[in-house]
Amino acid sequence: MIRAWRQAALSTMVALLLWQALVTLTGLPRFILPGPGLVAETLWESRALIAENAVITIIEILVGLGLGALLGGITAIGLAASPFARNLIRPMMVFSQAIPVFALAPILTLWLGYGLASKIAMALLIIYFPVTSAFFDALMRCPRGWLDLAQVMGASPRRIMWHIRVPAALPGFASGLRLAAVYAPIGAIIGEWVGASKGLGYLMLLANGRAKTDLMFAALIVLAIFTLILHASVDRACRKWLD
Amino acid sequence: MAPALAFAGSVSMRGHGLFPPVNIHVPAGRWTCLLGASGVGKTTLLKLIAGLEATARHDGTITASDALPLTGRIALMAQSDLLMPWLSAIDNVLLGARLRGEKADRARARDVLARVGLSAHEDKRSDTLSGGERQRVALARTLMEDRAVVLLDEPFSALDARTRAEMQSLAARLLAGRTVLMVTHDPGEAVRMGDQVLLLTAQGCSAIELPDSPPPRAVDDEGALKAQGALLSRLMALT
Repeated sequence: MIRAWRQAALSTMVALLLWQALVTLTGLPRFILPGPGLVAETLWESRALIAENAVITIIEILVGLGLGALLGGITAIGLAASPFARNLIRPMMVFSQAIPVFALAPILTLWLGYGLASKIAMALLIIYFPVTSAFFDALMRCPRGWLDLAQVMGASPRRIMWHIRVPAALPGFASGLRLAAVYAPIGAIIGEWVGASKGLGYLMLLANGRAKTDLMFAALIVLAIFTLILHASVDRACRKWLD
Repeated sequence: MAPALAFAGSVSMRGHGLFPPVNIHVPAGRWTCLLGASGVGKTTLLKLIAGLEATARHDGTITASDALPLTGRIALMAQSDLLMPWLSAIDNVLLGARLRGEKADRARARDVLARVGLSAHEDKRSDTLSGGERQRVALARTLMEDRAVVLLDEPFSALDARTRAEMQSLAARLLAGRTVLMVTHDPGEAVRMGDQVLLLTAQGCSAIELPDSPPPRAVDDEGALKAQGALLSRLMALT
């Protein structure tokens, strides 16, 4: 554990040094590539502004993740339980995956407005398919022997689903959630780019337009750190309860 | 009172005949062992009796001597222990009750686990148990079901020789009085455990001659060892 931390710290140091070396050696102006020192300074000076916008983005991500996981979970169980639903809905799901989710962002903004809802919907949409598909595949791969045993024991399909197929498929659900933890921030940021008045994505776009590249980098770093923390937390939770 | 079973007819799978019409009689309250070459359809036959097999075609009848349906009177134990790794040993034993929505009789489950010698492991997760312990939990789960007919599909074949012999003795004692049909690959196991040993081939089904001593026979029983040798020779002569 300590070793892993030491390695992470070392590689961060090296990355920062390379970044600073690039800035110093090329002499690029600060509005093209600000150095790590300047970004850190801006991060501190604009902490209130960044925090205010980060809270919005984090809410969008967490709500989108929660709703996406819930809806994905329910869909997967529904599809696994009913061959009729499978035949009806799976072609639709596959078709929906052929539509780039990014292309839907403007229409979601049109429908749901500039507030949180359109960003939450975007995050939800982007994680819905990976969660559903990972969980559904795991539900369908339930070992034959367990199902046979349950049938001989006189279990109803509903109880087999609840007591055997779902618990056996939870590791699959967990791998869907791990992916979702990385995708959900992408969805929220795209939503903000298309139309928002708050949030880290909005702030980045604003800073970029005004050549405040240091602020853009600061917001980006906050987003990246949050995504890392989110992924690590989801991973830990999955290990504890689902794997 | 456990019923006798009668399986009559032939079985084919996807138009390919597994075995010709046979009449298999599984006597009430006795232990019958079924041997045969791989792929002859022993497991399929077991699954048909359990009401599971959907891909195989059975032209014939499966009847109990009391003429009542077999549904709800069968317990199944397979080669792989089929324990749910997320449940403790005792919750695995209680799986049947849970799956039927019945009240869990924990006191009886504890008693059954004690009879297979696992009192100390009740609350351990099943994936922390050894192979032999896991198969004991599976046996306890089978006993907990308390069914008159018990179908065993090579339940001990994944165990080491000593554990297997111990499990055989334990199963013989605990399943006494039930109608047992066990599929096995092991002539030694068949001869040790069977009141009746049947050999299933693509030509049909025939009974094997057994020593007079009652099962479970001692592991060094001379008659049993001789019968085992003769049975193995017959198995090797199968094409």
